[in-house]
Amino acid sequence: MNTPTWAVELDHVTKEFRGSTAVRDVSLKIADGEFFSLLGPSGCGKTTLLRMIAGFENPSSGDIYIEGELMGETPANRRDVNTVFQSYALFPHMSVAENVAFGLHMKKINKADVATRVKQALDMVQLHAFGDRRPKQLSGGQQQRVALARALINEPEVLLLDEPLAALDLKLRKEMQLELKSIQQRLGITFIFVTHDQEEALTMSDRIAVMELGKVLQVGQPTEIYERPKTRFVADFIGECNFIDGTVLAVENGAVTLETDGGVRVVGTGMFPVAAGDHAVLAVRPEKVRLVEGQQPQGTNVFAAIVERVAYIGSDTRIIVRLPDGSPFDVWEANTVSTLDPNQYYTAGDPVYVTWATQNSLILER
Amino acid sequence: MYNARTEQRRAWLQASPALIWLGFFFLAPLVLILIYSFQGRADDGTVLWNWSLANYQKLFADGSFWRTLWLSTWIALVVTAITLVVSYPLAFFMATRSPKRRGLLVLAVMIPFWTNFLVRIYAWKVLLGNNGVVNRFLDQFDLGPLQMINNPSAVIMALIYGELPYMILPLYAALERFDWVQLEAARDLGAGRFQTFWRVLFPQTLPGITAGSILVFVPTVGTFAVSDILGGTSVNMVGNSLSLQFGSASNWAYGSAISMIFMLLLLGAILLYFKATREVNDGENPG
Ligand SMILES: Nc1ncnc2c1ncn2[C@@H]1O[C@H](COP(=O)(O)OP(=O)(O)O)[C@@H](O)[C@H]1O
Ligand SMILES: [Mg+2]
Repeated sequence: MNTPTWAVELDHVTKEFRGSTAVRDVSLKIADGEFFSLLGPSGCGKTTLLRMIAGFENPSSGDIYIEGELMGETPANRRDVNTVFQSYALFPHMSVAENVAFGLHMKKINKADVATRVKQALDMVQLHAFGDRRPKQLSGGQQQRVALARALINEPEVLLLDEPLAALDLKLRKEMQLELKSIQQRLGITFIFVTHDQEEALTMSDRIAVMELGKVLQVGQPTEIYERPKTRFVADFIGECNFIDGTVLAVENGAVTLETDGGVRVVGTGMFPVAAGDHAVLAVRPEKVRLVEGQQPQGTNVFAAIVERVAYIGSDTRIIVRLPDGSPFDVWEANTVSTLDPNQYYTAGDPVYVTWATQNSLILER
Repeated sequence: MYNARTEQRRAWLQASPALIWLGFFFLAPLVLILIYSFQGRADDGTVLWNWSLANYQKLFADGSFWRTLWLSTWIALVVTAITLVVSYPLAFFMATRSPKRRGLLVLAVMIPFWTNFLVRIYAWKVLLGNNGVVNRFLDQFDLGPLQMINNPSAVIMALIYGELPYMILPLYAALERFDWVQLEAARDLGAGRFQTFWRVLFPQTLPGITAGSILVFVPTVGTFAVSDILGGTSVNMVGNSLSLQFGSASNWAYGSAISMIFMLLLLGAILLYFKATREVNDGENPG
């Protein structure tokens, strides 16, 4: 009768601020040692959710459990979680070492142990030489590391990170992504990571919860979220996606045929129960679409189109074509051959065929 | 060497308006008082030019001067402490309102400045005096009269009332700059409410506390108007002694000696205070 405990469990959590609902009926189970991301556009309630776990806000309704323990109104200082704040929130009147030691001082740990652990924590974030500095004397990236060390030194069960990398420039952000991930794996601490950057979420997370307007739309591993989005919003928010609206004509072995208003037929894999006559949308990602020149290929999902715009971005070429009904359609081709021959690349006005395999396109709710 | 000298000369030149100002309005009167303090009093009440230490000898032997000084210090300390304790939560409240509200609240704090300070002190006398509004009201019920003025409490109360804005505004300025997320960070790291205040908020408002305390203490310890109006003859502060010597007693030399000693003690006290507050701050964060 050993019920598995979760690092964090949210049970129908709702948070209302005067007149508006920031978090709507969210239920989540986050496993021990998991790198879990909350991903969604600005204002969707990620920070509010995190603040409720940290204990800075109480849910309007619903329950939060940390390590199986009901939190209720347990104040932030008595929860076994620590937070890395988006603005870092370092104490400017203390040195870096004192900032890092703060949590241990609060726990009344003896001075010698504090000194050793501060040293270890600063080593971990490669700031051993900066202990005596004030936070203001450090770069943004270094301050970020101090915030991380200050939280991790407490060895919390759960570390909450609210867009910790948002203020860093791209190169530093990539470095810190790798570093954060490796620290998390080494320490085995559960990370709940808030971001609005889908690439960041995909590269770092074990699982991702995609949020919109206070609701969790889908929870899954990065591949599930990217390859099997359950809603149009998720497909659109994570990566790029082409959408074709239509009415269901037929359903056969999970393959759903849609007909557009213009009479064009497309086939995709059904992601929700549908019947003939339902409205639905086909979603296909640009890298899963092929362009064919010359003879019309056989099979389903083949359309004649005209190349409209070509953007060479090095690893890929991104092509926008126009379908017969006039709608634009994105196609990405990997540049697998190294060449300077202009004939190997598309130019605007080229007639092409657009095609993709049924398994690469999903039928979603409109 | 040459360069350093021109550099230096330029710095002096740039500072010269300020230096002239300071020299004229601050240093010159100071020197004048210093010189006076070594002179005597002629029978007609003018300064008798006769260098001696007589004033200082008299002063150190004058028990009433030291009692006056002690009372002044004590009153100023009480006033400073109470204004600090009252102002801190008030400034905290102000600084945590929305920016629009904050502007209104600052304005509200400054409204008393629109009326002359003396008028406001006399108003207290009108309210609390033996024939004042309060006592006349009590009289209706055959109560009282209450003796509410001519004692140190009345002086202390009026000083607190008058000095409050000088404490609130520097505290507010310090709190307004404060990054409030730090309080959550402290709580997050296991600090209770008191530790959060004591280790995070308080040290960062120390400059405001220092500024406010000095702004309140210095005028209070040297006041003569408030103690005159509301303290009557029973509250003698240093300011009253000075006013006596420069006024009706017409002994400018002795008054100057009192000024010098008072100023030196005050300067020493402020330096000690600066040192102490800095140590509190450093004690929080050695290194
Ligand atoms: N303290 C608050 N009072 C009122 N509304 C708030 C408060 N905090 C957040 N909100 C609202 O809740 C919604 C979600 O905010 P937030 O959780 O910060 O979103 P995110 O972090 O995803 O950008 C927003 O509409 C925001 O305006
Ligand atoms: Mg946020």
